[in-house]
Amino acid sequence: MNHLLSIEDLDRAAIERIVEQAERFAEVSDREIKKVPTLRGRMVLNLFYEASTRTRSSFEIAAKRLSADVVNFASSGSSVEKGESLKDTVLTLSAHKPDAIVLRTPWAGAAELISRWCSAAVVNAGDGKHEHPTQALLDVYTLRRHLGEISGASIWIVGDITHSRVARSNILAFQKMGAKVTVAGPPTLIPRGIEALGCEVRYSLEEITGADVVYALRMQRERMIESSLPSLREYVACYQINARRLSARQVLMHPGPVNRGIELSGEVIDSPRALITAQVEAGVVVRMAVLYELLAGTPERNPSQAPEPQLA
Amino acid sequence: MSKQKIVLDGDGVRRALTRIAHEIAERNPRAENLAIVGIHRRGAYLANRLQRQLRELLSAEIPLGDLDIGFYRDDVARRPGAPVLHASHIEFDVTARTVVVVDDVLYTGRTVRAAIEALFDYGRPERVQLAVLADRGHRELPIRPDYVGKNLPTSREERVNVQVRELDGHDAVTIASANGAPTP
Repeated sequence: MNHLLSIEDLDRAAIERIVEQAERFAEVSDREIKKVPTLRGRMVLNLFYEASTRTRSSFEIAAKRLSADVVNFASSGSSVEKGESLKDTVLTLSAHKPDAIVLRTPWAGAAELISRWCSAAVVNAGDGKHEHPTQALLDVYTLRRHLGEISGASIWIVGDITHSRVARSNILAFQKMGAKVTVAGPPTLIPRGIEALGCEVRYSLEEITGADVVYALRMQRERMIESSLPSLREYVACYQINARRLSARQVLMHPGPVNRGIELSGEVIDSPRALITAQVEAGVVVRMAVLYELLAGTPERNPSQAPEPQLA
Repeated sequence: MSKQKIVLDGDGVRRALTRIAHEIAERNPRAENLAIVGIHRRGAYLANRLQRQLRELLSAEIPLGDLDIGFYRDDVARRPGAPVLHASHIEFDVTARTVVVVDDVLYTGRTVRAAIEALFDYGRPERVQLAVLADRGHRELPIRPDYVGKNLPTSREERVNVQVRELDGHDAVTIASANGAPTP
């Protein structure tokens, strides 16, 4: 594997290999010295064009636990504010010869694009509404630890599907692992034709009792979803996951950060059925496994596909 | 055509391990400070057997662990792919203990170096000793074993294979000759 750009690129065996390796890395976090020398001398560049706390910090922790060097680059306070393009930024930063670039942008396809411009391994940490593959991998890891087996499970993904890259990656990943996925939410927040991915669609939560796993998505108010909804109160009334809608045999997941009282009620967030903190913990070990997979071993990258960076 | 020579059969392996267990007990009479750690994968099975024998010899439960050295390899950047990792299990405090590291074959010494480095991430052992079923020579690092089941003079072209009954169905140490095909 040269890059991690999307779940679409991975088959079930690759997903299983990464989450199984992640289980080995979990043990490192319990040691007196929470660090192994595996990626000593490798450099990981975090390039974030969007706000992110947990994804960026968990990539940073993951890289540091593997002894890689980490450089963080956020678009605010940088040359991006002076008008530098993505391509020029990537080419400039490539001069530091990073071994991996972790990229978060609001633009779908950006990770795939930069993988053609530089010789580093590229990890997509979220590209617009397209994909967020490491989130899906950590969710698969968390569910496997919790359920033992994902194959055959019924998983409901609830909320704003349209604006959610997490939804896209998770629909694909859960299905590749053999689960039956249903998406549910207001019709204005479910893209037309989403069934083409192989999932079922529901516009109400009446049948949610059949789900083994309820995966609630964040209402992304910064993406101006209000215009697609009569009101947030209306959303809460029809789609909030609360104690009335969640039964004791179901588990609850959420990619964070949670809007308490909107997509989830406070009581379910704090209940033992919520795997939300387990998901955060999984974030570090799964990203360790991803960096290990991409950076251990001699690069297989074909030099002809990865030309020496040149400023255009 | 390859030739395989058995240098230790099942009985030989059993006797070698018994002798190592006695030597460990002799040099470490204070069982409360002792711990055994096997290196994945076959070293871990041998460590398990040594621990059971030491339990009898010292009338004490000796803490047992196993270690995967994948994180500590010195060739991570040189091998073609990412090596498959196994979990390590060291569920006792290694600090202030004498830890006997167990492996099947001692060769260049690089695995042992990685194991020592790994061990120190769990704490600060008082002493680290090394037990191996077979020492085939050709060290590339200043590492020597404290307990040896069998010294095997070999050439670099030969392959030394250890089989353990837990994985392979039977115990044996074999040498495959120079142009030898890998053993099944």
